[in-house]
Amino acid sequence: MDLLNALVALANFVLIPALAYGSQLALGALGVTLIYAVLRFSNFAHGDTMAIGTMVTILATWALQSLGVSLGPLPTALLAIPFGIAGAAVLLLLTDRVVYRFYRAQKAKPVILVIVSMGVMFIYNGMTRFIIGPDDQSFADGERFLISARDFKAWSGLDEGLALKSTQAITVVTAIIVVAIVFWFLTHTRTGKSMRAYSDNEDLALLSGISPETVVRVTWIIVAALAVVAGTLYGLDKSYKPFTYFQLLLPIFASAIVGGIGSPVGAIAGGFVIAFSEVLFTYAWKKVLGYLLPETLQPDGLVQLLSTDYKFAVSFVILIIVLLFRPTGLFRGKSV
Amino acid sequence: MTGGYDDRGNRDVSIANPAGGSAAHPVPAGGRAQPAPGGPFLIGEAMTGGYGRGADILHACTIAVERGEIAVIVGPNGAGKSTAMKAMFGMLDLRAGTVRLDGEDITAISPQARVREGMGFVPQTQNIFASMTVEENLEMGAFVRRDDFRDTMAQVYDLFPVLKEKRRQPAGELSGGQRQQVAVGRALMTRPKVLLLDEPTAGVSPIVMDELFDRIVEVARTGLPVLMVEQNARQALEIADKAYVLVQGANAHTGTGRALLHDPQVRRSFLGG
Amino acid sequence: MRTLALFALVAALILGTGVLQSWNSALIILNMGLVSAIMALGVNLQWGLAGLFNVGVMGFVALGGLAVVLTSTAPVPQAWTAGGARIIAALILGAASITLGAVAWRTLHRGRRGLAVAVIAVLGFVAFRWVLDPAVEAVEAVNPAATGYLGGLGLPVLLAWPVGGLLAAGVAWVIGKTALGLRSDYLAIATLGIAEIVIAVLKNEDWLARGVKNVIGLPRPLPYEIDLQGSPVFAGRADALGLDVTTASTLYVKLGYSVLFSAVLIAVLVLAQLALTSPWGRMMRAIRDNEEAAEAMGKDVTARHLQVFILGSVLCGIAGAMMTTLDGQLTPSSYQPLRYTFLIWVMVILGGSGNNLGAVLGGFLVWFLWVQVEPIGQWVMQIATSGMAAESALRVHLLESVQHMRLLTMGIILLVVLRFAPRGLLPEK
Repeated sequence: MDLLNALVALANFVLIPALAYGSQLALGALGVTLIYAVLRFSNFAHGDTMAIGTMVTILATWALQSLGVSLGPLPTALLAIPFGIAGAAVLLLLTDRVVYRFYRAQKAKPVILVIVSMGVMFIYNGMTRFIIGPDDQSFADGERFLISARDFKAWSGLDEGLALKSTQAITVVTAIIVVAIVFWFLTHTRTGKSMRAYSDNEDLALLSGISPETVVRVTWIIVAALAVVAGTLYGLDKSYKPFTYFQLLLPIFASAIVGGIGSPVGAIAGGFVIAFSEVLFTYAWKKVLGYLLPETLQPDGLVQLLSTDYKFAVSFVILIIVLLFRPTGLFRGKSV
Repeated sequence: MTGGYDDRGNRDVSIANPAGGSAAHPVPAGGRAQPAPGGPFLIGEAMTGGYGRGADILHACTIAVERGEIAVIVGPNGAGKSTAMKAMFGMLDLRAGTVRLDGEDITAISPQARVREGMGFVPQTQNIFASMTVEENLEMGAFVRRDDFRDTMAQVYDLFPVLKEKRRQPAGELSGGQRQQVAVGRALMTRPKVLLLDEPTAGVSPIVMDELFDRIVEVARTGLPVLMVEQNARQALEIADKAYVLVQGANAHTGTGRALLHDPQVRRSFLGG
Repeated sequence: MRTLALFALVAALILGTGVLQSWNSALIILNMGLVSAIMALGVNLQWGLAGLFNVGVMGFVALGGLAVVLTSTAPVPQAWTAGGARIIAALILGAASITLGAVAWRTLHRGRRGLAVAVIAVLGFVAFRWVLDPAVEAVEAVNPAATGYLGGLGLPVLLAWPVGGLLAAGVAWVIGKTALGLRSDYLAIATLGIAEIVIAVLKNEDWLARGVKNVIGLPRPLPYEIDLQGSPVFAGRADALGLDVTTASTLYVKLGYSVLFSAVLIAVLVLAQLALTSPWGRMMRAIRDNEEAAEAMGKDVTARHLQVFILGSVLCGIAGAMMTTLDGQLTPSSYQPLRYTFLIWVMVILGGSGNNLGAVLGGFLVWFLWVQVEPIGQWVMQIATSGMAAESALRVHLLESVQHMRLLTMGIILLVVLRFAPRGLLPEK
């Protein structure tokens, strides 16, 4: 019985939250890694792209809500995601046209594009704050729990409850669908394959008649979709605050690099590695150990390895360890 | 330091992707093909030029291929062999001379447009998509084609049976000789009117080299003209219908492969007796 | 000539602020401009001279701030008796287990070393926490409202500036050793991470610098305004200049900082210029422009990169200590990457990568804009929205959002400079 209780507590406080957070990071990292593979630079504006795209989703959600549209038990935001994606895609394509394209034509080195992306980051950040403000926004509605702790206790007769927030379930399911579509696109469509070809060998792609501008445009559109879905899921699951999205940049970069930057499979794996390590190291294990250990060995403290504020430190240490042992990341990266 | 868009020696892979980027010298696109009837099937005539504003590498160099022929360009190191071929493919800034293909003057058009005009080009290095499967490499070769290209792929597999066996493997995992077959196969997928090979046997073992030469002869027998730059002059001259010996960016000797092979001056100066 | 004209422009902008707004505001801008210029010099050394991409400037600046607390605040004897020795022991233990792990990794056989290092790491961490935690609790319990930390060494605050540089150097060495020593560089992500960690440590480790409770009332190298106002000599002089005593005292203190900071900036600038033209600087540029050739000539590129990375970080650390001294308090939650990392990058790019004077110019100019964009934006927005009804929701929203204009402005400046003058206002020669 104690073992079951321990398992439920573990699932409730560690596995489920980490799975949801990992899905969000994976989607973010997939976007970063695609830009790295195709446009060959790390996009510092990615966190703010997520923020601004999610902002459009939120505004659309509010509009739908005020029109009385709802999805019943599901959050209305799911209906608003296409608007967010459209908004982000327009913004990214416009940015590419006005900003990035010039440097491609100049054959600027990728590092220059990184600095350019800092400028874009400032602008997106300012725009988001200008339009929706720097504060917390709530936009989740619908059913809060798929399984509530109380129902679970009544059903199982255990002391420990298992709560599954609907946003967590939605996050994982949506992430699986989106990732499956992206991978199918990359490996089974002519355009997807041309993206991989361009990423692998730009000159040869040109010789094969692949248009770089088309590849770049398609990439930005996919990135917009990934960023908005990741941002909206994160906002639903936790909360929407522009600055938090900016701060997600570090775990997202860490996920992409841990997995092997440039490798889509790596980005997914990296997202989960980072999420699970963050949660495992910052979770207070007292409860779980309380069920497992005999009375005499009961811990006094919280048995928390690190305070939650150190979650960035965890991403970072995992990153360093992976780089020391396997400098190319878990899935040899650098091309799609 | 010129411009402001260099990387100041930065080699930080956590922000900049060093792999797969363009190494080619940018040639401005634009211009269009003009009708120019008569003359050989493909000819680069009196080509003079170099990369960008740099010094001229070619000096009034002429290379031509007729239908059904194998033409080879040979010469000592640094003679401008590859440069001559790149000039015909439009990767060089020509200051004088013209390039004509099948009755059209294509001097002004970009390399990509020349692919559409029917030139198949196999670069010396980086000539495959290493992370993609053999089959995907061939599909990318046929990217400009909107029709059904399965029969062309079957022909390529007939020509290079080993590729059919390995069609699901990433091309980067193949051996050197097999990679060259993928590279040639990729270029054949557009159904080109002429095939340009830049040192196809560079870095492969002698046995593989012989096999590759056999395949190239086989390709030429299907009626496709082949222009080839080769370091291994003796073998190349043996299979060549026409051969050009370049020295310092200019034509030194021209003739049939057999004739040059037996030309005492050519033998002395660079076939090593 | 161009240099002179642009610096004259900066001077005019600051003097203009003095005439139009107040001399107090002008001096505030000048002082932070001086500090920013030193930070920009640090980043310029790394990026301009060696192409190293440091996006963790904030971390080094914060370390400088920590140095001020550790050097200048009075020690808390009760806290030291409560757990000081034990904390020191824990830190030594932590450092020892990391060293032991590194040694084990180097010396042990390939097959077993992974396991051995893992065991050392786990045991080391457990022991570290076992020694540290009770001590931390004891220290933080000592008068938590006023102290609750170990305090500093009680040394003169000016000493904190070089100490800030030293702290930054130590951390830079560790990062550089790791991120520059791998097969490829991973410096950008490493600096991004370490900056967040430094801030997390400052926020969490209350025993070190009171965490988010902040350390206020840090000692100053200059007299307090209130003491000046009480001094009859000072009041007399102020009177002679035709100023009231309160204004005169604030101006006097701010001017004092300006003089101190200028001295540091000039010293740093002269050293940076000398370094640039020295054989060392020539070698750095040779490496930057053609790494392979430099390597072939037997230059140890990684070691040189490590050197220049540490030097640049030291400047950021010193500047950070100066800034905290100027503020008189350490508030960990005020460190934001946009302000302390990316803004410095805007300064360097605007000024001109690779040009020290450019970095200084960029530091002043960007800081001036960072401060003044808000009032200018406010004014513009007032005029732009003057046609709307006073209580119109859009107008209220626009006026309230003006403060975010500075982010937009910085982004636009960066993009415009990169596009039209990629080598900056004062290009590298």
